Amino acid sequence: MTAPILVFGWGNPGRGDDALGPLFVERIEAMNLPGVECLTDFQLQVEHALDLKERQRVLFVDASVDTATITATRIEASRDTTFTSHAMSPQSVLQTYLDIEKATPPPSWQLAIGAHSFDLGEPLSKLAAHNLDAALAWAVDWLTGK
Amino acid sequence: MSFELETATNPEQLRRLAIDPVSRVEGHGKVTILLDDDNHVHQVRLHIVEFRGFERFIQGRPYWEVPVMVQRLCGICPVSHHLAASKAMDMVLGVKLTPTAEKVRRLMHYGQILQSHALHFFHLSSPDLLFGFGSDMAKRNVVGVIAAAPETATKGVLLRKFGQEVIRMTAGKRVHGTGSVPGGVNKSLSTEDREALRKDIYQMVAWSREAVHMIRALFESNLAEYNAFGRFTAQSMGLVRADGAMDLYHGGLRARDASGKTLFDHFDYGRYWDVIAEEVKPWSYMKFPFFKNQGPDDGWYRVGPLTRVANCDFIPTPLADRERQEFLAYDSGSAAGATLGYHWARMIEMLHAAETIKDLLNDDDIVGTDLMAPLGERQERGVGVIEAPRGTLIHHYRVNENDEVFRANLIVSTTHNNQAMNEAIRQVARQYFDGREVTEGLLNHIEVAIRAFDPCLSCATHALGQMPLEVEIVSRDGTPLDRMMRDARGICSRN
Repeated sequence: MTAPILVFGWGNPGRGDDALGPLFVERIEAMNLPGVECLTDFQLQVEHALDLKERQRVLFVDASVDTATITATRIEASRDTTFTSHAMSPQSVLQTYLDIEKATPPPSWQLAIGAHSFDLGEPLSKLAAHNLDAALAWAVDWLTGK
Repeated sequence: MSFELETATNPEQLRRLAIDPVSRVEGHGKVTILLDDDNHVHQVRLHIVEFRGFERFIQGRPYWEVPVMVQRLCGICPVSHHLAASKAMDMVLGVKLTPTAEKVRRLMHYGQILQSHALHFFHLSSPDLLFGFGSDMAKRNVVGVIAAAPETATKGVLLRKFGQEVIRMTAGKRVHGTGSVPGGVNKSLSTEDREALRKDIYQMVAWSREAVHMIRALFESNLAEYNAFGRFTAQSMGLVRADGAMDLYHGGLRARDASGKTLFDHFDYGRYWDVIAEEVKPWSYMKFPFFKNQGPDDGWYRVGPLTRVANCDFIPTPLADRERQEFLAYDSGSAAGATLGYHWARMIEMLHAAETIKDLLNDDDIVGTDLMAPLGERQERGVGVIEAPRGTLIHHYRVNENDEVFRANLIVSTTHNNQAMNEAIRQVARQYFDGREVTEGLLNHIEVAIRAFDPCLSCATHALGQMPLEVEIVSRDGTPLDRMMRDARGICSRN
């Protein structure tokens, strides 16, 4: 049976703060929260629209250089015009779901975790590690409906 | 070495137009076009402005970690690096793979080819091809294709998903798989996974065949433009099997000149440096490889689907081989020399990948238990070459007696195609820019030419890869006159 809540974190675990998405997913998965499925990948892509099927809520999680701490935003399906196919926005994945499933995508949020260092082989920066803890604290409330 | 339009004679008197792709970790590639006051093109360059030394990162690591570590290079084609590194370490260990190990690796590799080519065609290039190179940006994107041709786009999603599932089932997981190890694999395909894939593979073959016919129809609908767009003649290189067949996992190097004459054939890639050298240019961090005996001026070449389909003697799966023959015969072979012919060839390869996956799933070795080869005579040097989705990928390592890598050299597909991509955008600049006011639609023509090669700047620069655009026009005295920005989501603005 499909878990009602999907947590999807993405990024390259080998590139410093870009690991925030996968690390977030790893930590949430370790909590064994009921009704929560965790998925991760290098990048968000078209086929991930298929992972949204039969979900009640979805949380997209990624490292971001646009926030100093953490930012959670309700997101809607929208078309974007990414230059390459090498990565998609979560809004565009929702739009893909809408277009191929002919149904409204599940309610979705994007959790952006502040990051600033993406060097190859480097561990998380101090700032990113601090933000990861804050993101997990926020997410536990969100996932358990508090 | 210097090529026509590579270096202007009077750059200080020209306007500079920069198409600046930047990533979330800052820019690593851009296109600059120098125009005079009448918008005549004088210089065009594809630069790589950032490089992260992955080779140094590997040095000092134990050899068995390398096939997993190299997947950090790139989120686009980690499987190609995983397998090229594994092959190199097989050579270090002096092993010959068991039939099960080789077939599991091949299954993983053809899964990667299938998903990568599906993604490229359906979701990267088809917006340009379906809507036109200069069409409305609001439509010219992935979701635009879905809106206009929902059935086609859905098939693209499912083809990509299938390829990813093949990778997950053979590599062990979606990200940083560990399936391939020096000397073999650590698991074969489970019976359940085999049946799950076998259930869908016939549909994947049928859809892949439809995709070949779709790109052919696009060519036929606009033959003159497709044939002429960014067209140039070039030498070529790629792996072929001992009998001359297409083989994307293993073989010898075959190179041909622009007229199709063979330059070398079945060359042992374990000594690739005898035939290939690399040149550095001051304006780009990406090297320029060339055939050593010809020198940098004449020795450049291209790699990838177009050259592989044209250079092999046959494709060893029936449907793809029939499409190959039709591709080569079409309009007296014109498409096989066109830059946009890459798309057609890519779909023929996708069909070949689907057929190969089908054959491997029907081979009982794929669920075998003999996973690791016995150790052979240990070598200091290991070279692994594979035909990755974008072209020939070379991994070269030297391992000391303490099992540590002390030297590494990687030549990725996009690097092989460096000069070829420069040639393509110079042709496009000549054809579409010369004497005209620059618009977003015109700039997309440059992108269309680059996209035909499916470059992966993540691999080429070892940095993260997204390619939004920044375009700047500067007067002779350096004053910015115009600036066009496209952010990471592709939203265009001008100031």
